[in-house]
Amino acid sequence: MKNETRVNLIKQGAIWAFIVVELIFFSVAGEFLSVSDKAFMNFDNMLLLLKQSAPIGIIALGMTIVMINGNIDLSVGATFALAAIVLLDSMTWPFMEALGNWAIPLAWFFALTTGVVLGAINGLIVWKTGVDAFIVTLGSMLGFRGLVFMYNGEQPTSHLNWTLVDFAEAQFLGLHTATWFLLGAALLLWLLMTKTVHGRNAYAIGNNRDAAVNAGIRVGPHFLWNFMLIGFLAALSAVVFYSESGSVNPNDGMLYELWAITAVVLGGTKLSGGYGSIVSTLGGVIAIQLLRKGLGHIGADTETVNLVIGLILIAVLFLDRQLNRKGKEELRT
Amino acid sequence: MAELTKKGLAGFLARQGILVAFAVFMIAFAVANPRFIDIDNVFGVIRSSAILGVMALGVTFVVIGGNLDLSVGSMMSFSTIVVLDLHDKIGPALAIPSMFAMTMALGAFIGILVGYLKLNSLIVTLGMLSAIHGLTLTYSGGKNMDIADKEGTWFAVFGQGSVAGVPMPILMFAALAIVLSIVLSKTPFGRKVYAVGGNGIAATFSGVPRARVVFMTYLVSSFCVATAGLIQASRSMGSQNTVGQGLELEVLAAVILGGASLLGGAGTIFKTVIGVLILGFIQNGLLLMGLAFYAQYVVTWIIIILAVWLDIAAKRGALWSRIA
Repeated sequence: MKNETRVNLIKQGAIWAFIVVELIFFSVAGEFLSVSDKAFMNFDNMLLLLKQSAPIGIIALGMTIVMINGNIDLSVGATFALAAIVLLDSMTWPFMEALGNWAIPLAWFFALTTGVVLGAINGLIVWKTGVDAFIVTLGSMLGFRGLVFMYNGEQPTSHLNWTLVDFAEAQFLGLHTATWFLLGAALLLWLLMTKTVHGRNAYAIGNNRDAAVNAGIRVGPHFLWNFMLIGFLAALSAVVFYSESGSVNPNDGMLYELWAITAVVLGGTKLSGGYGSIVSTLGGVIAIQLLRKGLGHIGADTETVNLVIGLILIAVLFLDRQLNRKGKEELRT
Repeated sequence: MAELTKKGLAGFLARQGILVAFAVFMIAFAVANPRFIDIDNVFGVIRSSAILGVMALGVTFVVIGGNLDLSVGSMMSFSTIVVLDLHDKIGPALAIPSMFAMTMALGAFIGILVGYLKLNSLIVTLGMLSAIHGLTLTYSGGKNMDIADKEGTWFAVFGQGSVAGVPMPILMFAALAIVLSIVLSKTPFGRKVYAVGGNGIAATFSGVPRARVVFMTYLVSSFCVATAGLIQASRSMGSQNTVGQGLELEVLAAVILGGASLLGGAGTIFKTVIGVLILGFIQNGLLLMGLAFYAQYVVTWIIIILAVWLDIAAKRGALWSRIA
């Protein structure tokens, strides 16, 4: 029992320890190798880092919940792109232009609704057909991307609204708008997963679906809610990011699903469901962004980032297995 | 009696539904537009599906063995870049075997991780997708690769050549499909792949070396990826670093469409080929109908879900899932 708590502690602390190691490593290595003379542990640099982790981070939070629930969502990148197009395009509609700046909250509403609807489509298919979420969202990843292209062909969709840009670039208490959205979403989802019945049921379903069904939990609606939630978060991520950039390409958001899954797994959430935490995912997101920035800081090619992240992901998987195996009799296969 | 025939028909549809769907689909398109079954058009479609198809053959082995391979796209970029680079440095005769060796070394690495170390294949190959992409960029320095002397080399034969009017990519795809189909259905190794994917624990207790079989499936997959990279490089004689990006999921879609179960133990090479052809002909058919190329994405989405849904529904005997 005591051994188990220790293992759990190691697992939950691991990602934060890894972040500390990264910080120390890049600060020290930066002294010798850095191409710029700015310190890595610069306060502004860290603030920027949080802001840059927001787009993938917000999606990764949703992915955590879907994965705890025992599913996966490969369509978030396409949802992200479609929500972004709706956000920017809706502001150019005639009745919206007549509204002036009041068009902004309405455009946000349209974009977020798009995300929720796309998520609901995935959730309903998973629930009603019983097809594995991996296949369902693999299909809708293609399908949603098709919708993105149908909307505006291969042309980028652009619309700059300066009020919106000012809002997105604003800093409140030192933190950027995007950072506030990331932290706010993390707080709300943490509350959802730890303090509510829905959260507890999501863990139970992911851990053992049959047992959850026997305990009288209605599995389907939980699936649906969680897919709507990740759709909403993918759209929120798009809203935060494109409010500032103002232009979306039809290929934007490709491979975001894989980056989000990487961050979630790095944070220790199990692919098989039933285990994971929002806070650790936040750690995973920050660790990846730190790695990107750090490698750039010490003058490594940006290309090596992919290599390092991939190998770290595999190493984490290996270490996790070793930790879990301790004290467990395993079938020697 | 009527009950039995119905059952037989349902059973036949469940087993061969994908073939029936393919036939219905081809006839419908051919009636709508006779150009669709024009021999040039058919060859054109198969030729442009060949790269995806060759990769799907290898992934079929991995999926039947109960695992996934998401790294094939970036691995294909890697082999394309490597063979183009080596072509100018050591000549095509040496470049091709070197590229195969390097690509299969990556496959062996994945095979060790998933087979012998028993790590989750989805995450391992997700990590390798990223890692190999980084490796490719580091290798090329982020630059595009081009063959300097495009006229004075026989290297173009794999992508642009043809034998008796049949384009080389089709011949390579067909030859590989036949060989791998025999390997999968007629050899002890093939049967072991099904056994390991169907029930790994039972297979282990029956003396099937699970680790080695899984390792071999990844080796087969990387061999197919190397072949696809060869065709790609030879066809275009130059390439970006991201040529295979996103292909991993399209390949998987073709394999699933062919009816291979993600749980392992089910699927055949022949059905994967059908899956690949369906994707290729849908794209072509929609283009001939005057729709934009991206309309195929939406249609593919619907078809994949319908195909898997009907397959599951036939097995459980009910259209809707029993999830409360």
